[in-house]
Amino acid sequence: MILDIIITGLIHGSTYALLAIGFSLIFGVARIVNIAHTAFYMVAAFCIFFVTHNLGLHPVVGMLLGVPVVTVLGMVTYRIFIAPIREHEGAVLIGTIALAIALQEVMLLIFTGDYRSVPALVPGYLSIFGVKVQYQQLITFLAALIILGLLRLLLLKTRLGLAIRSTAQDREVANLMGMNESRVALYTVGISIALAGFTGAVIVPLTIVEPFMWLHPLIMMMAVVVLGGLGSIKGSFFAAYILGFAEAVVVFLIPMGAFLKGSVALSIMILVLLMRPEGLFGIAFEEER
Amino acid sequence: MDLIRFYIRKLVAIFKGEVIVLPSRIVVAVFFLVLLGLPLITQHPYVLRILILTSIFAIFAASWDLLSGFTGQMNFGHALFFGVGAYGAAMLNTNFNVPPWGSIPLGALAAVLAGLIIGIPCLRLRGTYLALTTLSFPIILMGIVFAVPEITGGELGISGLDRLVRSRVGQYYIAVVVMVVLVTIMWKITDSNIGIIFHAIREDEVAVRASGINTTLYKLLAFCLSGFFAGIAGGLYAHFMRIAGPSTLEVSMSFQVVIWSIFGGVVTIWGPVGAVFVLFPLLEFFRFWPEFRMLLFALVILLILLYMPQGLFPWLRDKIEHECPRCKIRNVVTRKTCRICAASMH
Repeated sequence: MILDIIITGLIHGSTYALLAIGFSLIFGVARIVNIAHTAFYMVAAFCIFFVTHNLGLHPVVGMLLGVPVVTVLGMVTYRIFIAPIREHEGAVLIGTIALAIALQEVMLLIFTGDYRSVPALVPGYLSIFGVKVQYQQLITFLAALIILGLLRLLLLKTRLGLAIRSTAQDREVANLMGMNESRVALYTVGISIALAGFTGAVIVPLTIVEPFMWLHPLIMMMAVVVLGGLGSIKGSFFAAYILGFAEAVVVFLIPMGAFLKGSVALSIMILVLLMRPEGLFGIAFEEER
Repeated sequence: MDLIRFYIRKLVAIFKGEVIVLPSRIVVAVFFLVLLGLPLITQHPYVLRILILTSIFAIFAASWDLLSGFTGQMNFGHALFFGVGAYGAAMLNTNFNVPPWGSIPLGALAAVLAGLIIGIPCLRLRGTYLALTTLSFPIILMGIVFAVPEITGGELGISGLDRLVRSRVGQYYIAVVVMVVLVTIMWKITDSNIGIIFHAIREDEVAVRASGINTTLYKLLAFCLSGFFAGIAGGLYAHFMRIAGPSTLEVSMSFQVVIWSIFGGVVTIWGPVGAVFVLFPLLEFFRFWPEFRMLLFALVILLILLYMPQGLFPWLRDKIEHECPRCKIRNVVTRKTCRICAASMH
């Protein structure tokens, strides 16, 4: 039981961390509240389903194809629909909602609403203290950690990372320093959507694939972002595991837990916010410039 | 007799001097008249049903604008008020046999209470934090609804509510008249001193606080007012559909109201109302291609936003009316000089 909780918590935590970090990247750099973020995660899951089920290829091929496809899709839709209206906050907001609905409907048209699943990368399981741990669960967790590490390297060690961080801190000054702000924003959207796509890719063998699978992660992702502090990657990381474990504990220990898992996790978020309105690792509010 | 004649003359004068002069006001007047006279033309139950739902959602969208548009407190969980209003009315009606004219306002008061409960913690948050936090409240409530099916009916909801009135036309008139009255009240609120303070909070909260105004109190007031109107919409919805189910609390409901309001143009009240009257029947019209329905809807929104990011109705209004450069009064595009101060319009 305890091990079950730990495994579920770690896996959900990793997914939420990957999603939330991608979400806060876009928010930090481009000030876009991207509701469609998890919709891209759903599209990636369907890409992999398509490659494995319809083309009959190995899931790894699906991942190698799916993540770039989703990234390109994200950047193209950003250029067409979101970039021209970026100055209008409200318009961007419902633009991304509409985009998410559109993606959901396209998937519904192509794949119908049936529940699908994708075979694991490595079938079989490992026995730890008599509890089955599927290899897939280990792979998912490790892959998530590796990607998070790579992302950290990208942000801290490369010139692009520097540009992203400085644009997030102050758009105008970054622009004055000769960074092409709109191009940085486009790259950030690319990275962020790639993260969403990658999350979809690693989680897909463990979940059910269906066109509405983006709604629950969307809510949890937003809760993670708020709990950790907007724009704080470290905060998102810890908050993701806190909420992931909270969900797992509720599901395993409380009867009717599956209905309440969202409620409990979100209540934790609200309780923390009552004590620290800026989130766990956020910096105190300064006036919006 | 003279008094009546005086008032009639005054009314005619207002009509001539204030309504006829601006195309947007003529459109609004004609719109209300058509809405009130529609059952004379058609009594098709389907058409009336669509318009009843449209009117109910128009109240809902306008109440979002009152809170999020005017004070700038982005509320992503507006379905909470709608759901509390619907469930409140449903429980009162089925458990205690309160008739609709009592259960709907009482349900709305429950929604006001909900506004207070979420408003007090949320007002410490700002901007995006607030938006993302409010999103979670309807979901928390939905979890509770599912967890105690004995009281709330769980997934099926509470059904078997009393009808508003027996006939469809009667229901239509109740919905439309309530909509017109409530929207007018909301519009008047935003036109009053309170509304000006709301608007000022949106523009610059620090400046408002520096002027000695307790902004927290006003934001709380906005939450309560908005909750009240949204709660009435929820109660009407529950009594019209005769069921209050968890669908009233869904995320899509919260998103829907945001889409309507921003699409129609925020900080106007009339924008969201107009947007519901365009988008909701449009969504029904798309039932001709059921599988493409939501996709077409999303594409329409995306494409229209590309050209009118301010919202549909402010854009339209700017096409037919110009602001006088000297006295800031609106004039028809065709006028060469301002109708008030006679300054040249160009």
